[in-house]
Amino acid sequence: MALRIENVTKRFGKKIAVDQLSMLVEPGEMFGMLGANGAGKTTTFRMMIGLFEPNDGEVTWDGQAPQSLSARTIGYLPEERGLYPKLKVMEQMIYLGRLRGLSKKEVMAEVNMWLERFNIPHYRKAKVENLSKGNQQKVQFIAAVLHRPDLLILDEPFSGLDPINVDLLKTAVKELRDGGTTIVFSSHDMEHVESLCENLCIMDEGTPVVHGKLKDIKRTYEKRKLHVRADFPIDFLEHIDGVLDMTVGAQETTIDIRDEGVAEAIFASLQDQGGYVRHFSVEEPTLHDIFVEKVGRSYV
Amino acid sequence: MYKMLIVLAHTYWTKVKSKTFMFTTLMMAFFMVLFLNLDNIIEFFDGDASEQVYDVLILDESGDLYEPLAAEIEGGDAQIMTNEASQADEEDAEAAVMEGPYDAYLQVAGEDEDIEGHFYAPTVNETFLPSQLESGLQNVRETRVADDLDIDEEDLAALDESVAFQQSALDDTARSEAELNQARLFVNILLFIIYFSVLFLGNMIASEVATEKSSRVMELLISSASPVQQMFGKIFGVGLIGLTQYSLIFLIALVSFAQFVDVEAEADEMLGEQQDMFALGEPVFSLELFLYAFLFFILGYLLYATLAAMLGSIVTRIEDVGQAVGPMNMLVILAFMISIFSMGNPASPIVTITSYIPFFTPMIMFLRVGMGEATVWEVLLAVGVMVVTIVLLTLIAARVYRGGVLLYNHARTWKSLKQALLLARKNG
Repeated sequence: MALRIENVTKRFGKKIAVDQLSMLVEPGEMFGMLGANGAGKTTTFRMMIGLFEPNDGEVTWDGQAPQSLSARTIGYLPEERGLYPKLKVMEQMIYLGRLRGLSKKEVMAEVNMWLERFNIPHYRKAKVENLSKGNQQKVQFIAAVLHRPDLLILDEPFSGLDPINVDLLKTAVKELRDGGTTIVFSSHDMEHVESLCENLCIMDEGTPVVHGKLKDIKRTYEKRKLHVRADFPIDFLEHIDGVLDMTVGAQETTIDIRDEGVAEAIFASLQDQGGYVRHFSVEEPTLHDIFVEKVGRSYV
Repeated sequence: MYKMLIVLAHTYWTKVKSKTFMFTTLMMAFFMVLFLNLDNIIEFFDGDASEQVYDVLILDESGDLYEPLAAEIEGGDAQIMTNEASQADEEDAEAAVMEGPYDAYLQVAGEDEDIEGHFYAPTVNETFLPSQLESGLQNVRETRVADDLDIDEEDLAALDESVAFQQSALDDTARSEAELNQARLFVNILLFIIYFSVLFLGNMIASEVATEKSSRVMELLISSASPVQQMFGKIFGVGLIGLTQYSLIFLIALVSFAQFVDVEAEADEMLGEQQDMFALGEPVFSLELFLYAFLFFILGYLLYATLAAMLGSIVTRIEDVGQAVGPMNMLVILAFMISIFSMGNPASPIVTITSYIPFFTPMIMFLRVGMGEATVWEVLLAVGVMVVTIVLLTLIAARVYRGGVLLYNHARTWKSLKQALLLARKNG
């Protein structure tokens, strides 16, 4: 029951949206897709749900093409709102749920449970267009999970939500994963990915630039950022072997170093100066740093 | 199949429960009732011309015309009072009409075959009174001329009698007079139903699809039901909505008709020109024609509905629906025009040719069938062409639907159509 993407290429006319993408999502894991707008995330998702067929390569879940899976297998939360604005929440859910193969009763039980969880049971009979963006997103999420899919695909689930709602959704997503659902999601926000995923893939212009376990990716990335505040000039640090770049700010000097060993050397030479060092810290690499390093430009 | 039924039921119920549906149905029913009772209403305000009492002044210049003319006019069915005016006093007569109690004055002059009349009234846009006076004068003239020629009344009556004349068609497929009248009624009804269905329901389908697209529910739906299931769910759902609306309107009209009007007496009038059918005494109901009408209605609906679904899926905003379905509306209006103008001449080449063009077939081929101008194989051929077109259109529409729903740009219609097809092909 793994999601397997093998050498998948998708072209629209001359434009290549996804180029030779391969990845494997193990059952029960949470997989993050990162990338700027137009990187190919949504196209990849649409191939996963069978909306597009790849020009080359194969997308399979449990060995089967998405088109031949039952409607209950996959849950999908599209990037933009995909609900009938004029319909009431419950009506809408019943329609979508029945198309997925559920009975009206099953849908109502499930949806009531979720509405309670998201603290919006009173919106059962509200029209979707009258809901706030955050609440619409909650309803959209319910539409994606009400049939308890094995594979849940969330395209930018947290965009445009306030921190409280982000936490609410994150908790729900984690619980689903703990319950055995395989989840693939995308985000602009590196932090969300860092806090949720074991495995991830960063895409740029249709190709994966970074791919693998978050821990491994961070481990293999040796560069660090060093923040130093001292009461004396520290320009001489520039000449230490392993210092790649130095930015002197009003308060603080930021030093890019080749690896953590260089930090030790810098620490020692600062001690030799005998002056007072108020702040010395080594920053863990962020996904953003890794992205910049791999792609050669800033992410957002 | 089951999913198509869910889409169908959903489309149907959400529309039928909506206030818009209630409102339009009631409006249409209201106009229907109004239309059926139109002559009662006019009469209520105005009164029937033939039941009014008229006062007419007659200015007799010959001196001996007044007596017989007055006798003719007052002896007729209409309630017309005549008064003789003093000779050659036109001004007085005019004043009596304009300011006095008279409705009009008639100036008569001449002897025997030279008798002539001139009708004066404040306005001459009403036809009832002058025609009554004219026929009265005509009778007087006839009597005078007959007297001169020594023809007695019996001979005169014999002269006037019209000849017995009947029509029979020799061609086997041709219709009898009664059948033709019924066919004309059927053709008229079907023309209107197809015309309104395409205009209303076609637009409804197109905007349904466009709504689905602009709300982006498509992306959710498409992973649980195929585009073809969705499209036909919508098409049949909207078709049922149309049928519901027609039946409701028909029912409301029938109830009000039965309640307010003496049914039998009014039936002829209501049908206006179609009354001949009843007047012939043996109203024929042709099951065959009815079935043809049903067949062509279904085919026509399917054809235009698929076209509408296709057009709806290439626009992004609901505001653009009108523009996209414009050409389709033109097609149905054109078909309507051709049929209306060819009703009296169903054998003309333009009718024959256009009856094979699928978009025109449901109306024009039915006109030919109704008028007995089409042989069975011709009908089968046209139906075959239509079915093939519907299948082709369905295939194309399903592709455009699939590709089109993923197309969110604001390009012009034809460009969108091309892109949608391209997207669908790349996909397939």
